[in-house]
Formats: sequence, structure tokens, C-alpha cells
Amino acid sequence: MLLIHCPYCEEDRPEVEFVNGGQAHIARPVDPSTQTDEEWEQYLYIRRNPRGRHHERWRHTHGCGRFFNAVRDTVSDRFETTYKAGEPAK
Amino acid sequence: MKRFSGLNLLAQAFQGHKGWPEHWPDKAPKAAYDVIIVGAGGHGLGAAYYLASKYGIRNIAVIEKGWLGGGNTGRNTTIIRSNYLYDESAHLYDHAVKLWDGLSQELNYNIMYSKRGVLMLAHNVHDVQSAQRHINANRLNGVDNEWLSAEECKAYCPPLDISPTARHPVLGGALQRRGGTARHDSVAWGYARKAAALGVDIIQNCAVTGIRRGPDGAVQGVETERGFIAASKIGVSAAGSTSIVMQMAGLEFPLESYPLQALVSEPVKPVFPCVVMSNSVHAYISQSDKGELVIGAGTDQYVSYSQRGAFHIVEHTLAAICEIFPIFSRMRMLRTWGGIVDVTPDRSPILGKTPVPGLYVNCGWGTGGFKATPGAGDLLAYTIAHDTPHKINAPFNLDRFRTGRFIDEAAAAAVAH
Repeated sequence: MLLIHCPYCEEDRPEVEFVNGGQAHIARPVDPSTQTDEEWEQYLYIRRNPRGRHHERWRHTHGCGRFFNAVRDTVSDRFETTYKAGEPAK
Repeated sequence: MKRFSGLNLLAQAFQGHKGWPEHWPDKAPKAAYDVIIVGAGGHGLGAAYYLASKYGIRNIAVIEKGWLGGGNTGRNTTIIRSNYLYDESAHLYDHAVKLWDGLSQELNYNIMYSKRGVLMLAHNVHDVQSAQRHINANRLNGVDNEWLSAEECKAYCPPLDISPTARHPVLGGALQRRGGTARHDSVAWGYARKAAALGVDIIQNCAVTGIRRGPDGAVQGVETERGFIAASKIGVSAAGSTSIVMQMAGLEFPLESYPLQALVSEPVKPVFPCVVMSNSVHAYISQSDKGELVIGAGTDQYVSYSQRGAFHIVEHTLAAICEIFPIFSRMRMLRTWGGIVDVTPDRSPILGKTPVPGLYVNCGWGTGGFKATPGAGDLLAYTIAHDTPHKINAPFNLDRFRTGRFIDEAAAAAVAH
């Protein structure tokens, strides 16, 4: 089980308090009605799925309830850092 | 290849079994092949075998980063079934089940396919409705599946607790009698041995590090740890590592790779006659011929290539197993492990051509690829040989994530397969 640092609660808490929210920093379309099928595919389904450094979202469901972002190595599962939503990618 | 037969076995017995040749030779890569298959799991070796035996292409290399059958082929819970809801899926998985029949004879290798039946339990009203819808859909597609009452479930699988006060009450179950298990390693070994006998080179411990494309965009071959190997057709069957291999050709895929865990208990005498799956509480269990209980857990929630998962996932599964089968509450678990499964947004595989000429893909089988091994191998071989998909795998194209023509088995069962 992962130990995850919530940047809002400023505490290391066990993974069962959190829900993973998938890849981070995917920009929502500004004008959905003008999106092409290719752009929708890119936004909804295409994922980086990297072997190594991964930016991902977590939600502290059983804590503060807020979304934040994390950088984790997908081979070692070790967290590099976590930071608040809205901050630029680290 | 020396055939396994009663006569050969007897002859070898007099020589102390010293005359058996190696199953397959460990080959150094040649400079060029007609077809390269990336990934020597059951699916990749199956594709090589069917290309050589059915589709007349024998100048093939299967390239594997680790050892043959060491990925998800050797890490799954060996369940075989084809009771999927949608027409496309039913045809795809039943194509595989039909090939499982007679595979031991075809490969001259005992893959121990045992049609002991797969029983999927229903614990609530929604489960019952969903199971009966599956049964009706399956029967329309010629796939056997039948409804058992709780008492009939108990008769079919005696360790089951069907008391009304149970934590997960059993309201009935869907039974596919043709479903069952097979010996997973044997499948890879059997395909490898027969493919090697037909002239296929199996190259292990040789990671692919790049895919070379020509000025027209078509593939020219693969860069590997042991140098460049040329081929005008490349089939990628790399499961959890598919995204990585595809990025080498400049393609981004709708895949995410998650750890999926399984575990086995200490071996005990035969006590569990079939496969039982309970999707709503995430418990999958059967007993191997060695006597171990083979138990499958759910996936972890995050992308990972670590081939290990979190303990609370295993705990969740074992809690459900102990509630449904109280007699197992004091069994000790011997081993637990993880495999990396590549999951698509609609939980159906991608099997066909890619936008890169000469590059073919077989991926996205998620948590349920073992059952499809012979079918996936055959259809990947067909697609490579004809440069066009077979009508069975045509719907499982990459385009569906742009067109929206999903085969949404995720929504159909509300669980990863």
C-alpha cells in the first residue's frame, strides 16, 4: 500500500484514504462544439501510460476530499512529489 | 522435435530419458525476417505458430525482452470462458474456446484444458438480471450458458455457502459448462515447441529498443539490444508494455497499465470441482491439478509497471472468498504476485492494423487475456498474413475510440474482465 502525502492536509496517509484520478494536466476543451473526432479521442482516451515519471491526479476522498497532483515513478511506485491542483506541472 | 507418444515414452524409459531433445533452440537473431512478433507470451507465440502452420509464413522471429511465457502468460489464473455479452465479444472469445478444444492434440503437448465449468455467482437482484441477460445473449450467439438456482449452484460446487444469512447471499449463478482452466505455462511451451519445429526463431532476453520506419512511414524492422533486425511486418503482442513499444513507432495508444494480482494457497486434496467467479465482490477461484487454490484479485487503481500490487487488494478478495467459502478460512496462502495488464477504455481488446503500414497490434486484453490465447494468436496471424483483419477481429480496431463504435464490456458487466 502506498503512503501518500496530501498537500492540503500536509500529512502522509495510507492509500486507502485516496482515489486515483488518472493522468494529470489534461486540458479540458475550451470550445467543445468545435472539437473534431480526433481531438475528442485525444482528450478522452489517449493516455501517456509512461514507464517512469508519471503525472497523476489523486483525491483525498476520506480526508479533505480535495484533488491534487502527484509525480510518481511507475516502475518503483515511489512518489517524487505531490502538489496542489492548479499549480504548474512539476 | 521428437513427438510425445506412448511408444516414444517407452523407448526413452529404457534410455533413462536422456534422448529427449530440447523443446526449442535458443536462437541468435538473423539479419532479416518476413515477420517479427514482439513478445513471446502465449498470444505472440500462438501468432507465430499459426502464421507458420496455417498461413504459410515461416521466416519469423519472436523477440522477447525477458523469458518466454514470463509475463502475464505465467501470471494469470488460467480461466477459460466465452460468456461475454456483446455479439462481437462472444464471437471473439468463442473462436478461442473452439481452438482450445483439440489444442493438446494439435500441438502434441498436454495443455491440460479442463472443461470443469465456470460458475458466475449472482448476489443481488441486479446480478441476477445481468446474468440472465448474459445467458440469453450468449445462447443467441450459440455460446452455452445456463442459469442455476442457489441449490443447483451448491450441488455443482459444494463448498459454497448459500445460507440466506451469508454476507454475500447466493441468489443463483450462470454456468458455462465449456468453460474451465488450462495449464498456462504449457500453452506457451507447446506453441513455442511446435513453432520452433516449423522454423520460427525464438529470441529471448532481447528487448526491442526502437522501431525503424522508412521515408514512406512503413516499418523496416526493430532495433534491439542485439542489433537491428529487418522485417516488413511487425506484430506487437506486448501486453502491459504495449504503450512503450508503440511510442517507439510514434503512436499513442488508448491504454493504461495496471498491476493485477493473483495468489495460490498450499496444496490440498481435491475439494473444489469448478471455477467460481463473483464479479460484484471481486473473487475468482479454482483449484489446480496440483491442489493449490488459485485466486485472482482485482487491479490496483494506479498506473504501474512494478509487477506487484497493494496488500489491501488481496485482503479484499480473500475476505470475500472466506465469506462465500467458509471452509477456506484457515487455508494458508503460499505465493502472491502481480502482472501488468493493459486496459482499454471499453475493456475490449485492440486487435488489428495500426496507422503505421506493416505494424500490427494485439493488446488491451486487460485482466482477461489468457482465455483468448489461441484465438488472439490465430487472428493476429490472419491479420498479418492478409494485411487485413478477419471479420471476427475487424470490430476490435483502433479506430473505435475515434468513431465511438465501442464494444463496451465494461458497462455490460461493471467489472474489468
